[in-house]
Amino acid sequence: MSNPSLLRITNLQAGVEGRKILKGIDLEIQSGEVHAIMGPNGSGKSTLASVIAGREGYEILGGNIHFKDQDILECAPEERAHLGLFLAFQYPVEIPGVNTTYFLKSAINEVRKARGEKELDAVAFLKYIKEKAALLDLPEDFLKRSLNVGFSGGEKKRNEIFQMAALEPVMAVLDETDSGLDIDALKVVANGVNQLRSPQTSQLVITHYQRLLDYIVPDVVHVLYDGRIIKSGPKELALKLEEKGYDWVIEEAQATTAALSH
Amino acid sequence: MTETLKAPPTDPLMPLLDSLDPEMHEGPTWLTPIRKAGVAGYASSGCPTLSDEDWRFTNLDPMRSCSFQHPSDSKGISKEAFQSIENPLKDPACIRVVLVDGIFNETLSDRSLLPEEVCLRSLKQAVQDPESPLKNHLGQYTYGNDSPFAALNAACFEDGICLKVPKGVQLELPIQIMHVATAQPQASAIFARCWIHMEAGSKATVMESFHGMDQGVYLSAPTLECLVEDNAYLEHIKVQDESKQAFHMASIYARITRDARMDSHHLSLGGRISRNHIRTHLDGPGLCCTLNGLSLAQGDQIIDHHMVVDHAQPHTESHEYFNGILDDQSRSVFHGRIHVRQVAQKTDAKQTNKNLLLSDAATADTKPQLEIYADDVRCTHGATIGQLDDQAIWYLRARGIPLARARRMLVHAFAGEIIDRIEHPNIRKSLDDLVWEQLEALPHFHAHTSTPLS
Repeated sequence: MSNPSLLRITNLQAGVEGRKILKGIDLEIQSGEVHAIMGPNGSGKSTLASVIAGREGYEILGGNIHFKDQDILECAPEERAHLGLFLAFQYPVEIPGVNTTYFLKSAINEVRKARGEKELDAVAFLKYIKEKAALLDLPEDFLKRSLNVGFSGGEKKRNEIFQMAALEPVMAVLDETDSGLDIDALKVVANGVNQLRSPQTSQLVITHYQRLLDYIVPDVVHVLYDGRIIKSGPKELALKLEEKGYDWVIEEAQATTAALSH
Repeated sequence: MTETLKAPPTDPLMPLLDSLDPEMHEGPTWLTPIRKAGVAGYASSGCPTLSDEDWRFTNLDPMRSCSFQHPSDSKGISKEAFQSIENPLKDPACIRVVLVDGIFNETLSDRSLLPEEVCLRSLKQAVQDPESPLKNHLGQYTYGNDSPFAALNAACFEDGICLKVPKGVQLELPIQIMHVATAQPQASAIFARCWIHMEAGSKATVMESFHGMDQGVYLSAPTLECLVEDNAYLEHIKVQDESKQAFHMASIYARITRDARMDSHHLSLGGRISRNHIRTHLDGPGLCCTLNGLSLAQGDQIIDHHMVVDHAQPHTESHEYFNGILDDQSRSVFHGRIHVRQVAQKTDAKQTNKNLLLSDAATADTKPQLEIYADDVRCTHGATIGQLDDQAIWYLRARGIPLARARRMLVHAFAGEIIDRIEHPNIRKSLDDLVWEQLEALPHFHAHTSTPLS
């Protein structure tokens, strides 16, 4: 293939505690593309993000995920991160006692080590990190604070994008990064994401609201419903969903399924 | 059940009272009532059992099978043996006094950097000194020997350390009181007695460290009395690194007065069974008292903290923070009572006890108690018992940090919450290193446990 997919998900089925949540997902993302996944609550959006990033506790019931032409379903979450996969959390975790600088230095050097690069020393690291922090307009003192502890919702989300900027992933999955953000915070976050766009990197933006897609413009929009992608289309699809809701897509999909089974 | 008024003949510690040597255990006449009260106090309670409410989680049965004696031969120890002790205070610039089996050892002590105006000497010497004000203080702050081991100490102590920091003197260098227990042919019982008097406006950092040679079996039952007067600041750091076969039953009493501050940090590492019995008397407005502790336990260890913070005046503030990291079938016990007297309006008291269990067989018992007689106060308490946070591990791994390192970061952070409260920078650093080393040695520290989805 001349242009292999960066991420290729084939018939992925997964669940938790015997309950099937993803019921056969097919998704291909090429380098340089931005895809958005939208869908009503409970459709499996966050499960998809977690399974891509390798969270333990999900049962994989079928299908596979290839990232950079490698089957990653057997990889630990840290190994996926080393390959260049990044998940921006919907709910970033507060970790008291773990200093943000120490955390970032550990994460960056683990990734560098895995890629066979030299670890950054303290001076080089601080210089690097301050440049990235300026990019997201983060107060410098947050580097000294415990990870996410006492951060506002907006600060936590900005911190996610900041970490993404620092780790320079090939593929970023943003799990409802826009939820709970006011419009100014949203612009800062979107700006951070856009600065990382390049022909070599891709993004998968999971969102509940069309609003984010005004600022992060996707190449393809997918609708996830009941564990399946029931419709894909150009960026205009997001506008239509915003205007008309999901019912028409769901009905359309159900009609197609009914027609096929007859 | 019939109440026992006298300790039964099988009591492991009664023989100590029967074998008191008048030469060592009497002293000047002002000491006689203290001695007598100690003997009577222990005889009336005896060695505690599980049916005693204050001891229901701490079973002293392993102690009952030992027969303890007063240390027979306090020859002290050689310089080489002394230097082999892992000293938690790495700071070379410090003032050090050493007690070997509870007896002051001049040779191993180094008071060369002690400022002239500060009095730091053997308690035995101070007791015998007719000029010493010690008689006005000794035994005055112990709530009438409210623990059997404090009573036993009052009856049996021979020596210890006496420290007085005079009015307005700010001691920059830390003072270390090292308690060393030697290996004896028979289990010995050591009763060191220390007295710290911080006069108004003075400041000092005092570390007490407890060490056992050759993993011997012994009982160490030290008593520390402190008086921290107006506007003074005492930072007290106690490092308990006794033999893993030893019994450590410490009593710590402090009376703190107006606008003074006392921080008392407790790092508990050693001992088969160990207990810190802590009573603080907050006796003046504007003062602040912090009790801050970290326990690391493994094997069959039991580490018990039994505390009463007595708010006796208005506008006093107290904080208690105790974290335990428990491995194997070890146990931790936390009993913290905040007592607010009727006059103590505007009391601000906070208490937390958190336990991290690294093994399914480890247990933590936590018993917070609020006893409040004033109506305008703020008292809070909280307790948690659990394993490493799955969410936090997942978050760290998703950023590329391998599982084993993620676990280490979280355990270290849990210990760091306590260590970070130590004000003295060199001691904080030394103890952080010590804790890290000890954590790395815990059997299940690196264990790869699966983390089920919450």
